[in-house]
Amino acid sequence: MHEKDLVLDLQNLRIRFETDDGTVYAVNGIDLQLERGKAIGLVGETGAGKTTTALSMLRLVPTPPGIVECDKLALNGQDVLTMTDKELEKIRGKDISMIFQDPMTALNPVFTVGDQIAESIHLHENCNMIEAQRRAIDMLELVGIPGERAGEYPHQFSGGMKQRVVIAIALACHPQLLIADEPTTALDVTIQAQVLDLMKNLRTKYQTSLIMITHDLGIVADTCDEVAVMYAGSIVEKGTLEDVFLRTKHPYTEGLFNSLPNINDRKAMLTPIQGLMPDPTNLPEGCPFHPRCPYAGEDCRKPQTTRKFSDTHFVRCGAYDRPGFHIARKEEY
Amino acid sequence: MIRYIAKRVLMMIPVLLAVSFVVYFLMDLAPGDLVDSMNTMDMTPEQIEELRKQYGLDGNVFERYIRYIGNLIKGDLGFSHTMNMPVFDAFMQRFPATLKLALASIAVALLIAIPLGIAAATHHRSLIDGVSMVGGLLGLSMPNFWVGLLLILLFSSKLGWLPSTGSDTWLHLIMPAITVGTSQAGTLTRITRSSMLDVIRADYLRTARAKGVPEKQVIRKHALKNALIPIITVFGSTLGNALGGAVTTETIFAWPGVGRLTVNAVNSRDMALATGCIILFTVFLNISILLVDIAYAFVDPRIKAQYSK
Amino acid sequence: MAKNIKLNKAPNEVKKRGMWSELWHNYKKNPSAMLGLVVIGIIIILAIWAQFAYDYDTDIVEQHIKERFQEPNAEHLLGTDQYGRDMLTRILYGAKYSLSVGIVSMAIACTVGSTLGLIAGYYGGWVENIILRTCEVFVGIPTILLGVAIMTAFGQSLGVLMWAIGLVYVPLFARTARAAVLPVRSEEYIEAARMAGVSDMGIIFKHILPNSLSPIIVRTTMGVASGILSASSLSFLGMGVPVPAPEWGAMLSNGREFIRDHSYLTLFPGLAIMITVLAFNLVGDGLRDALDPKLKRKG
Repeated sequence: MHEKDLVLDLQNLRIRFETDDGTVYAVNGIDLQLERGKAIGLVGETGAGKTTTALSMLRLVPTPPGIVECDKLALNGQDVLTMTDKELEKIRGKDISMIFQDPMTALNPVFTVGDQIAESIHLHENCNMIEAQRRAIDMLELVGIPGERAGEYPHQFSGGMKQRVVIAIALACHPQLLIADEPTTALDVTIQAQVLDLMKNLRTKYQTSLIMITHDLGIVADTCDEVAVMYAGSIVEKGTLEDVFLRTKHPYTEGLFNSLPNINDRKAMLTPIQGLMPDPTNLPEGCPFHPRCPYAGEDCRKPQTTRKFSDTHFVRCGAYDRPGFHIARKEEY
Repeated sequence: MIRYIAKRVLMMIPVLLAVSFVVYFLMDLAPGDLVDSMNTMDMTPEQIEELRKQYGLDGNVFERYIRYIGNLIKGDLGFSHTMNMPVFDAFMQRFPATLKLALASIAVALLIAIPLGIAAATHHRSLIDGVSMVGGLLGLSMPNFWVGLLLILLFSSKLGWLPSTGSDTWLHLIMPAITVGTSQAGTLTRITRSSMLDVIRADYLRTARAKGVPEKQVIRKHALKNALIPIITVFGSTLGNALGGAVTTETIFAWPGVGRLTVNAVNSRDMALATGCIILFTVFLNISILLVDIAYAFVDPRIKAQYSK
Repeated sequence: MAKNIKLNKAPNEVKKRGMWSELWHNYKKNPSAMLGLVVIGIIIILAIWAQFAYDYDTDIVEQHIKERFQEPNAEHLLGTDQYGRDMLTRILYGAKYSLSVGIVSMAIACTVGSTLGLIAGYYGGWVENIILRTCEVFVGIPTILLGVAIMTAFGQSLGVLMWAIGLVYVPLFARTARAAVLPVRSEEYIEAARMAGVSDMGIIFKHILPNSLSPIIVRTTMGVASGILSASSLSFLGMGVPVPAPEWGAMLSNGREFIRDHSYLTLFPGLAIMITVLAFNLVGDGLRDALDPKLKRKG
């Protein structure tokens, strides 16, 4: 295997929360690598542990109650695990940035948007506040907001505009890795497309690597090179866009596709996945998906290993040990 | 902003008129007036009636109130026979002492409550959190006149460090200010803690952390400014209690303020003085609450925007 | 995140429990709140017991000059005052004043205030305006001075004290109740009830009140605590329950003269006030946490 230029190298990440109601197993051993300039989609239902995973990359999981364990976490080859708080503060916002899900609450209501962008520049770019303010205005213009609005407060902006401001904050110091946590979920459909386009353009412009967290497969197809499908704190299938979309292997991924309306066949019935996500304080043994899986057998109760279908395509499903097993969804080449 | 303040001041006028009526009416209900307390043994009923007229005590309560308000507008709140000077002068003579005590106790309250509340919230469920919770509850539960007496017992009687009564030096201010301040600090510590706890997990603090803002600044700059909004609300509503606390505290420490003046006036049935003091006290409280409301606008841009409309 | 997961879990195991048993279920998990409840229970039992065990004339107010100023000892656990009266007996007997003033005055304040607040919040418009403006007038007067004025006007007695404190706290309840109604007022089930022809009073008391009960309950409990404090302040100033009744604030005021030589005379009545008020505050805190699931997360 040749050396890759990895922006992110994450191995065996486990996160749990000790709460009054028991231990919540939020993330249960995931690996994630991302090459420079690439974009990966992290897909799954609400509660699959996507946001927690993302926060752990910035070491922002609140501890307590959270407990984060990990074999390796490196950004740009720097070991993030052993960093002091000071070192972490230096890379946050500078090397790695995050766009949060809800722009309504992501901005501080008592500071002007200009100040909030400038703060990041002032902290990382070694410049005074006046220079930072000037560059904040440039950033605002870049995300399509007139610079003169820098002196206004968040409540004076619409949801889409706020998300543009959040993007401006995240990209103000041109980070190498950007994590976008459902950046468009809280927005109107028409605004969603605009915001996604903006992100795509800026990413190309600054050569930023991207982790796109979403439950929307359409967004993944639109913005990403690779996909990782998460379920109950595990990555169940991972591969290139083609691997996962065209040569789907995992029953859960199949379920996700079947839940989508088909534009080409409007009469087709939607077949949603039966049941609910398991209680993360009490995960089922073996494959966490087996209670809802149409292909489940006794072998699914055993601990699962990840199986390699190609150099890029990984699937965590024990059913493939059965001779001749395949899922109903047809492969396309 | 100026228009808002002007509007608020104008709105205060009917409230204060109503307050003055309520107070005047209540004090008027009290049995016995000035003439009753005089030696009228050898006077005829006619002479007594004449005396009443002379002191403006004739007619029913409404007539007298109208006269009272008429004079009040001219700045005349009547004459205090115990102080032997106009009520307004008596009040103003004592007012600086009360103001000094109020400001000092507010300083004490804020200096205890804000740092303690923040420390409690940022170290949630730690020792300091426990201390602040218990301390806050005690501050809320101890009668402040009792706190004052305990302070006298410890610092004056046992240790002899501080003078127990009077107001000549700054040393005299320490115990009264702590007495009033701690009772306010209880409520304020609790609200600081809980509003910081509300804010501390807010999404926008996560945004701040994610852009690399040092934790200390996240708390002091980003969190505190938001947490101040409910703190100010509660602070405004505790002002009345603090002033009330000043009434008992001034009595304990023989502090020559308007609180003690009012109590003495009631006890010696100097109704003109008592009525005037309560009305002026209320004016003072309302102005303080207005100042607190204005302070809001500087913290919360959303409120500022409403004001400017 | 943990919070989200909790929400997911909810539909699976929503247990059918009435509001009160739910409240109790949450409440009893809180040890300090339970402590408060137990302390209040003990104080109430002692207060009732003292009414039967002691005779007001012989045990409480009769003077025994020979036994004056006895420091706490085996015979007089908390000592005697300047008239030789046993402090422990007087404090136990005096519990009834603080408790009854605190509880009755809050019952008055809660009933009158909440009703006004509910009406204001429900009807809005000029009704709301009048009620709120009136409240503003009373809020503007410092609590203790309003108390002083009422006590002066109607004379000093236990009954007047109850009404005085109760009235002083009416605006607080009116505002609390109104604030609680506002978000409920526009709910669809209220609209539905109105469509179904339920009368205004029916809607207010059957549909709105239960849904705005939590802040009122918490306010009432905490109110008992501050009511006891206010009453003792007034008594301390000589405007509460008239002497020689063993009201704690009055006893404190009485002991004040002798603070240098006989500090126990101020110590014990103050302690009694503090413990009682603290217990009500603990219960209030516990109720608030039990009623507000949002706060429980922090708790």
